Amino acid sequence: MGALTKPVILLVTVYLFLKFVVPNIPGSAPLPASLIFLYLMLVTAGIVIFFTMSSESKEAFWGPIQRFLTGENLGALSSARYAVLIVFPLLVGWQTFGSTAVSDAPPAENRTIHPAPPGEYTGLSNPVSKTPENIMQGKGFYAAFCSPCHGGNFDGKGPAARGFNPPPANFADPTTIAMLQESYLFWRIKKGGVGLPIEGMPWKSAMPRWEVELPDEWIWKIIMGEYDGAHQSPRTWE
Amino acid sequence: MMERPGMIQRLIRRVAEAPAAVAAFVATLGVLAAPALGLAADTGFTSSVAYRDVPGIGSRNLVWVIAQLHLLLAGFVLGVPIFAWLCEVVGWKTGEKRYDKLAKEFTKLLSSAYSTTALFGGILLFILIGAYPKLMAYLSDIFFPSFMVYCALFLLETATLYMYWYGWDAMSEGGSKVFHLFLGFMLNFFAFFIMIIPNSWATFQASPVVIAEGSDLARAWAATWNPTWWPVNIHRLIANVVLGGYICGAYAGIRYLSAKTTEEREHYDWMGYVGNFIGVFGLLPLPFAGYWLMREIYQYNQQMGITLMGGFLSWLFILQAMLIGVLFLGSNYYFWMGISHRIPGSEAQYKKPILTMLVILLLCLGVWMTPHSLVASLEEAQKMGGTHHPLLGVFGVMSAKMTVSNLMVLVTFMSFLMYWQAGKQATVGWARVAKAVMNALLVIAGIAVISLGVYGYFVPAIIRINYFSTSQVGIVLFVLVTFTLLTSAILKSAKTTTEMVWGRMPPRAGYALVLNAVMVILLMTLMGYARSSSRVHWHVYGVMRDSSQYAFSPALGYAAALMAANTFFFCMIVAFIFWVATMGDKGKNAHGGKEKSADSHGALPVMAGGSQTLDKQI
Repeated sequence: MGALTKPVILLVTVYLFLKFVVPNIPGSAPLPASLIFLYLMLVTAGIVIFFTMSSESKEAFWGPIQRFLTGENLGALSSARYAVLIVFPLLVGWQTFGSTAVSDAPPAENRTIHPAPPGEYTGLSNPVSKTPENIMQGKGFYAAFCSPCHGGNFDGKGPAARGFNPPPANFADPTTIAMLQESYLFWRIKKGGVGLPIEGMPWKSAMPRWEVELPDEWIWKIIMGEYDGAHQSPRTWE
Repeated sequence: MMERPGMIQRLIRRVAEAPAAVAAFVATLGVLAAPALGLAADTGFTSSVAYRDVPGIGSRNLVWVIAQLHLLLAGFVLGVPIFAWLCEVVGWKTGEKRYDKLAKEFTKLLSSAYSTTALFGGILLFILIGAYPKLMAYLSDIFFPSFMVYCALFLLETATLYMYWYGWDAMSEGGSKVFHLFLGFMLNFFAFFIMIIPNSWATFQASPVVIAEGSDLARAWAATWNPTWWPVNIHRLIANVVLGGYICGAYAGIRYLSAKTTEEREHYDWMGYVGNFIGVFGLLPLPFAGYWLMREIYQYNQQMGITLMGGFLSWLFILQAMLIGVLFLGSNYYFWMGISHRIPGSEAQYKKPILTMLVILLLCLGVWMTPHSLVASLEEAQKMGGTHHPLLGVFGVMSAKMTVSNLMVLVTFMSFLMYWQAGKQATVGWARVAKAVMNALLVIAGIAVISLGVYGYFVPAIIRINYFSTSQVGIVLFVLVTFTLLTSAILKSAKTTTEMVWGRMPPRAGYALVLNAVMVILLMTLMGYARSSSRVHWHVYGVMRDSSQYAFSPALGYAAALMAANTFFFCMIVAFIFWVATMGDKGKNAHGGKEKSADSHGALPVMAGGSQTLDKQI
């Protein structure tokens, strides 16, 4: 197998794996094109690095490409060379047109999940003592006000969850509330989606502004109930 | 036929004969200007103007460009003396003259680079005073005592640099060489304090400590010793070594590409190796220092930490991962090419280990570059159930990032070890046992780092930060130290089976060195912007609000364009410095063998006091 064939097979295999295998792993989902592109670029970089390490491997890898492009001793392949020289610029043009043409599709999002909280909400500590009664009460409030969206199992799969995009947060995921301090949750619950800062728009959150319905003490208890129910701990510095 | 140099060249040479004088001049201006600021405070006069704009470019952009260039140049003039002094020490200890020559070659750059840095510092000061008078008055009020110390250090540094550079030939042997090494040490000693004092001003703006009572000195000291001061000091110190090393590598790479003789090719190939080695040497602990800095920022202020790592600036860290990735790949690529080209016959032996290391590096990079929330179209986001991928989203948090960065450090270190051992055969009896122990240690360390990373998802954040991440770093450092000691002991009496051949690297090796330097510069502009913009709409975080028309954070694309421009400007300035500093050498080369005597009439003077005596000795 030629030095040029292996990299092509590798690239195609990685693409097929990312495009068709990863989405079918249980609990997974299709990857966005941006991530597939990133991974393919990495693989390409790896191929170039490995095959240009020594003069011999570089010649074996780059030589056929160079000879093909310069038309050196091509023989029957010379028509293929002309086809490549015509098709490649057309592909580039098509890609350029596709990425610049007016479209009714919304632009790709680079949404920021965790905006910075306002200064008055940083460093607050939970004023409610962490007793089993308070935690239990918090879980009760959670069941009443939060579980329809965030789920009875704290996994973001409440009965109303399917109606939202993006979906409600999964608190059992160690990359959500476990990364945050209690004060952050207090701010998010209290101010809801409408209270998000303008940094890093667009914000898309259906989270209600609970300060109009719940007293602060209940919110703090809900936070304790959430952490306990999701088997997570808030971020602390002590 | 001898060509007379042009007027500009003659002018540059004249100025460059005493370049540090420019630095001293700027420092003196600073000394004179600083009391004026203090006196202005005494008179009770306060300017009614808070801001002045610069037409066209805007005051913020101008400050951004000049401050960034000043900082990059400062990194260069602080990194190069460390690099040069280390080379001089190695040359002195081993008796290898080429290290001394290399050290001297780079010290020659210092004089012109030093004055350029000071000039940019002076320009920055004038623009800041003019465009942000209220902020500068406030900072002067707090930091006036440290301004004085800073100016004094500048004078000491200038004097030391003069003695270090001009005394190179006079102090080249015996006890005087030791004194010269001491001067080099003092040069770095003063440079360190020259770095950390302005660091206190910048870090104060991000994490201020303001005390209402006490003397001026007490207020200045409290403001200086703010929570992010030392993390930034350490991070910048290491980063400067990295910058110095990689810029040396880039210089060597360019000279290698343009080399005309075998001697030149050999010399610049070797110089490229030394530059890359020192760059990698600094790069290995850099992620740990960066982690410490971010931890302190988070602990100081949750809002600032989230703005950086989870908020709108978090995309900068994805760019950072890509740049560091290229840097790791570039450095390893250079090591691997060195094995293939400099050590004949070793390619086949090391092909498989290299492939393994490359695959590990790429996998680690894949994890490091994966954002927590992905760039996705509406349709893609709907399929994923949001911008957070249910499976690969776990790669987007610190536990994964720390794990892969530790693994990448390990792999890069192994690349170096492999290069170190290539072409040598151990003769000591215990070498086989030592190698088996090292292999076992490496496997255990890798498993431990990954296990701690995985387990980090299941413990409270504070446990992960305080114990798991530090344990990962500790494990890697233990491997680095243990392996270095064992390998050096094994190689002390090793038999050289294949001699290293310099000057055989392909041109792409030179380009790789240049690429590495550009990546480091881009990284510094990127993270400099991140650190500075984490204050968002505050001049001094939580104390003095930015009420100018520029009190907004620019779009990331706009910021990236300015970073790229700053990188380009800096590369041009460095190229100019190299051109100026090597003009004398080119003049000498143009005269060929005819120029035997420094006293010859009509001979071009050696640039900035360069030594013809030493060059002839080597």
